Amino acid sequence: MENEVKLTKLASCAGCGAKVGAGTLVKLLEGFRTHYDPKLLVGYDKSDDASVYKVSDELALVQTTDFFPPLVDNPYTYGQIAAANALSDIYAMGGEPKLALNIMSIPEKLDKETVQEILRGGYAKAYEAGAIITGGHTIHTAELIYGLAVTGFVHPERLWKNCGAQPGDVLLLTKPLGVGILTTAAKAGLVEQELLERLYVQMSTLNKYARDVLVKYPVHSCTDVTGFGLLGHSLEMAQGSEVTLHIKTKSLNYHKAAYEMAEMGFVPAGAYRNRDFAEASVEVRGEVSRALQDICYDPQTSGGLYCALPETEAESCLKELREVAAEATVIGYVTAKEDKYIVLE
Amino acid sequence: MEIIDARGLSCPEPVILTRQAMASKAEAYKVMVDNNTSKENVTRYAEHQGYKVSVEEKDGEYTLSLTR
Repeated sequence: MENEVKLTKLASCAGCGAKVGAGTLVKLLEGFRTHYDPKLLVGYDKSDDASVYKVSDELALVQTTDFFPPLVDNPYTYGQIAAANALSDIYAMGGEPKLALNIMSIPEKLDKETVQEILRGGYAKAYEAGAIITGGHTIHTAELIYGLAVTGFVHPERLWKNCGAQPGDVLLLTKPLGVGILTTAAKAGLVEQELLERLYVQMSTLNKYARDVLVKYPVHSCTDVTGFGLLGHSLEMAQGSEVTLHIKTKSLNYHKAAYEMAEMGFVPAGAYRNRDFAEASVEVRGEVSRALQDICYDPQTSGGLYCALPETEAESCLKELREVAAEATVIGYVTAKEDKYIVLE
Repeated sequence: MEIIDARGLSCPEPVILTRQAMASKAEAYKVMVDNNTSKENVTRYAEHQGYKVSVEEKDGEYTLSLTR
């Protein structure tokens, strides 16, 4: 489809790279008075993916929202990616999305067809997820923004938090890293179209299928790797669980082209923000190149599920997982708390 | 020496400008940027192209001296 307006020209910052840094967020949310409610199972104090409220012994409500400026020029693809990314937070809690609301902000000059294509992309993903978009809210601003507020359900006892990882667990990631670096390099025209098409498919792939496999296994902790990058999200999991996560850089699954693009300085600002946030808690053991570290801090848009589960379960889980998420990989393991929360080795 | 003024620009533009300027294959360049991301990224690019980089900071602006 030909577009008069290049969507990415309407964005100063692409995808999840636009996210406010984790360190900044903590400061912004400091000191707010909130009501205590025993039914609130997960609130914002836990830095988790979504909030969870217990309705009954069998049912808890999961709520989340996510939106960002365009990182692709095709409006339908943009809509799909934004929706898949927003829905992912529900899957990262082990839940299933049911209702969604559009959140949209459009420049006045943007034509109706483009806006409809974005929404169509969002509706397609919500439909695939088994969720219903029941409304939303749209305003005018200079920058284009699209995303969803999503409500889902989970069994309160089968809820995955980003705390709960235990020594003896392995760490499993379901999508390859390097998306932020590659979309930055794409702005300079340095990424081949074929690879870009694969990235679009990866980012618009729902984490539903990985979640549906993972619920059959004793997952101790789960999150999705998005704006804070692998190490930012690892830090939240490690702090929440009071353990040390060891990332085996030789086992990391990333787009090979992202390595060269990182060496060439196509690293998004978000990666540096993530490094500022997490670096003090990371021990680099042995030789880990700067480019590989950049990939570990790279903000991911609609990244994979990242979970900790017992090593004894890893082999069969990975085998089953690869039928729906071919790139799923064991990237590390968990030990009792060491000097630092994260070891890159 | 060629001077590349990339102040006021955000990534990846400073790297793109540096890359274009390097077509002249000079022995040395000066690149001016005004944010940490650009400083880091131009450093990465220049080192990748075989240049040595030294950085001077003044009032939040960085001058990168690239030499072979």
